[in-house]
Amino acid sequence: MPDTTNTREAILHRIRTANADAPSSDYALIERAYQQSASMDRAEILKTFADRLHEYDAHVTEATQQTVPAAIAEVLRRNHQHSAIVADGFPPSSLPEGVHWQQESELNTAEGAISGCEVAIAHTGTIIIKGSRRITLLPERLLCVVYASQVVETVPEAFARLQPLAAEPLTFISGPSATADIEMTRIRGVHGPRFLDVILLQD
Amino acid sequence: MRISLFITCYNDTLFPETGQAVVRLLERLGHQVDFPLEQTCCGQMHYNTGYQQEAMPLMRRFVEIFCNAEVICVPSSSCAAMVRDHYPKMAESTGDTALIQAVNNLLPRVYELAELLVHKLGLEDVGAYYPHRVTYHASCHSLRSLHLGDLPLRLLRKVRGLDLVELQDVDQCCGFGGTFAVKMGDVSAAMLADKIRCVEDTRAEVCTAVDNSCLMHIFGGLHRLRAGVRTVHLAEILASSEEGAGQ
Amino acid sequence: MSIRVGQAAEAPPFQKAALPLLDDTQLRKNVRHATNVITRKRAAVVGEQHDWQQLRASASAIKEHTLRHLDRYLEQFEKNCTAAGGHVHWAADADEANRIILDLIQQQGGKEIIKVKTMTSDEISLNPALEAAGIHPHETDLADMIIQLGRDKPSHIVVPALHKNRQQVREIFMREMGLNELGDRPEDLTTAARNYLREKFLRVKIGFSGANYLIAETGGVCVVESEGNGRMCLTLPETLITIAGIEKVIPTFRDLEVFLQLLPRSATGERMNPYNSLWTGVHKGEGPQNFHVILLDNGRTRILSDQESRQTLRCIRCGACQNACPVYRQTSGLAYGSIYAGPIGAILTPQLFDMQHAQTLPYASSLCGACYEVCPVKINIPEVLIHLRGRVVREQQSSANLEAIGMKVMSRIFSSRRTFESAQRLGRLGQWPFVSEGWVKHLPGMLGNWTEVRDLRPMPAQTFRTWWKNRQKQKLKLEDSPGTQVSQKPGLKENHHA
Repeated sequence: MPDTTNTREAILHRIRTANADAPSSDYALIERAYQQSASMDRAEILKTFADRLHEYDAHVTEATQQTVPAAIAEVLRRNHQHSAIVADGFPPSSLPEGVHWQQESELNTAEGAISGCEVAIAHTGTIIIKGSRRITLLPERLLCVVYASQVVETVPEAFARLQPLAAEPLTFISGPSATADIEMTRIRGVHGPRFLDVILLQD
Repeated sequence: MRISLFITCYNDTLFPETGQAVVRLLERLGHQVDFPLEQTCCGQMHYNTGYQQEAMPLMRRFVEIFCNAEVICVPSSSCAAMVRDHYPKMAESTGDTALIQAVNNLLPRVYELAELLVHKLGLEDVGAYYPHRVTYHASCHSLRSLHLGDLPLRLLRKVRGLDLVELQDVDQCCGFGGTFAVKMGDVSAAMLADKIRCVEDTRAEVCTAVDNSCLMHIFGGLHRLRAGVRTVHLAEILASSEEGAGQ
Repeated sequence: MSIRVGQAAEAPPFQKAALPLLDDTQLRKNVRHATNVITRKRAAVVGEQHDWQQLRASASAIKEHTLRHLDRYLEQFEKNCTAAGGHVHWAADADEANRIILDLIQQQGGKEIIKVKTMTSDEISLNPALEAAGIHPHETDLADMIIQLGRDKPSHIVVPALHKNRQQVREIFMREMGLNELGDRPEDLTTAARNYLREKFLRVKIGFSGANYLIAETGGVCVVESEGNGRMCLTLPETLITIAGIEKVIPTFRDLEVFLQLLPRSATGERMNPYNSLWTGVHKGEGPQNFHVILLDNGRTRILSDQESRQTLRCIRCGACQNACPVYRQTSGLAYGSIYAGPIGAILTPQLFDMQHAQTLPYASSLCGACYEVCPVKINIPEVLIHLRGRVVREQQSSANLEAIGMKVMSRIFSSRRTFESAQRLGRLGQWPFVSEGWVKHLPGMLGNWTEVRDLRPMPAQTFRTWWKNRQKQKLKLEDSPGTQVSQKPGLKENHHA
């Protein structure tokens, strides 16, 4: 391994020299005149969230705390899924009966994964998941359960909520995996899940 | 109002009819036009090609000649943009506080023609008559430096007899770009081909703009192709009237 | 110091490189289609973002602030990343970066790596350096894979293979993946890529990535992508090596709320791209347990020291300027002789790279300003282009060239009314050898580039100033003769003043 200590000092020195004559700048004084709080009511926010997901070709199902196992069962049935792998920390009480719950070792062959989320953003149709990076990636299908109270309108609101998790592994998911690299045609599911199901829970 | 005309070096030399039209138009609107004969060039070509040192005396010259003008009219958006976008920085770089001050004082009085008519004089209908099918090319500097927006179109819509037809990809550069047209002649030609296609698609007789530089480029291509489309500076359309038709 | 920017050292001047591309019908059709699609999508999602200008202003301010205190933020990033279990390395140039990367791979006994799209690795020519050492880098971004398997060069920052159409991609995949059957629908091609790469994702022990953002506050890294290949490379391998230019650091986690709104809309015309991954050092039981970041200078501190052009370092590599650029749209990125193409390439390449080899790039622009208008971090690219042109002119000053002489003469001519008027007279006389049947059709030397495809109207008999002077004389005569009123309808529209 080459000794990069000197390089480090040299680079920092060059930066300091380059900035020597520049006036100091205060981070706190950076103007942030962009929208930082919600402007819509709850119903509009949830509708926008669902609309955005639809535009990403995701499938959205509404449910309540009581009906969530049935909703999950319904999604799995519709997708012809007999098994799934469940993210750590997902409440077992929300899972339906009669499904084969797979282990992490079966990841690459799992038919689908089920996960909750930390926050969701209506404005961009984004779901943010802490950890569970492998299981939300490898299977063909991802089913994500989102509580209505987790949905915020704007990106800045989401970051405010995520601040305590800033150093955690976070994945922002906006629709299924996609590419437009060939003739700008959007194709779902290159390497990540081809299909995204979202159950939106009224709480 | 006493309006000082900065005709620009290439209009003076190659397009005198544009300057004449500006004079005719402004006088018809009841203003007094003044043309300081000492004026030459704003320095844009030098500045944009990398000869910034050579542009400096031209900037000083412009400031000296026009510092006492009430209002300055520039019938070329790229030259107006040169003054507005680059003179302050150029002056700054000299450290000459009197010059910096003079430039700052001068800038609010510099108007591109369409700006002068709509913003300063509050006019859209200048009493023009021009019975032709016309399309408008928005030059890059008019659009993205001066932010003229639809000012020229508002003026054109009020011209009697004029059949205004929208140009597709109106915000795309025609490929002129000053010395770009010769330094990168082939790429410029490819851009020009796109522009000409759009102009021809309008079936207009006349393509107009607020810059003769772009028009010289577009017309150069149209004429080579014998396309039968003329280019005419906005000033000339606005100066046309039923009484003075054919002037 | 040795600096490499792709193949720029050998690149021909822009106007020469552009010629075969202008003749490549297929390429121009593909590029036109791709840039039109992205431009249209971008316009739609930017148009609906009512606070777009405010976001641009904040992004630009955050970047400027960070550059001003870059030393502090890099040290903070290093400290926090290290505390979270990562290892931070510093590289002055391409050679040093490649050496560090090679050492890290060899320490693990690796023979191959999986890579997620990184411009920076192209900037330092990492792949050839690895191959020379017997290590195989697998590009996993679909477009990068098309480029790698086709032994081609990238033509765009965000969609590097946009110059290839589906039939061309199909041919490359069939040949390189050894497939006998393959459809040419984009779905068929992406499925082929998925099958080809899945085994590599699961097997290869070393991942390699770039970084969109380094977060000083947490020591975290953010990578923005669409396909999921990034997530594969970032989470499945045991070792992860990330390279980032030193300008990629941002002060806080919260700053992402600005950039993650600007980047996807600018880059692909999406409200949000499918995946953003954030991680901080090493997470127990989650992702690679051996994580290294290489902070690369490679000319960036030199750019930082140029007050006029340091704004170049704000760039977030969205590619919006390319899609908007009328020059890029004609030539694609291949004419720029560098992985950094389009307007941003025209300013970045000559600065990162020895000016001698890239001095045509600042001229590869009509200064139309479309790039500045779309830039999410408000880099005034035309301003920097002009500044760099000034540098080119100064560096060429020693050698006498016709352009420089011509420019100096013109400057003299414009320096007084007398010389200007004389030149106008001379020009009118001197033009006649070139005028035939009322038109200028052939000009000599460089001006011949004009008349190659454009006619030119000769200088008219009378300049504007001559007309004006004659008119003033007539006016005076009229004034002298009694009883004549000269001034025309004074005060006719005075009440219209704004």
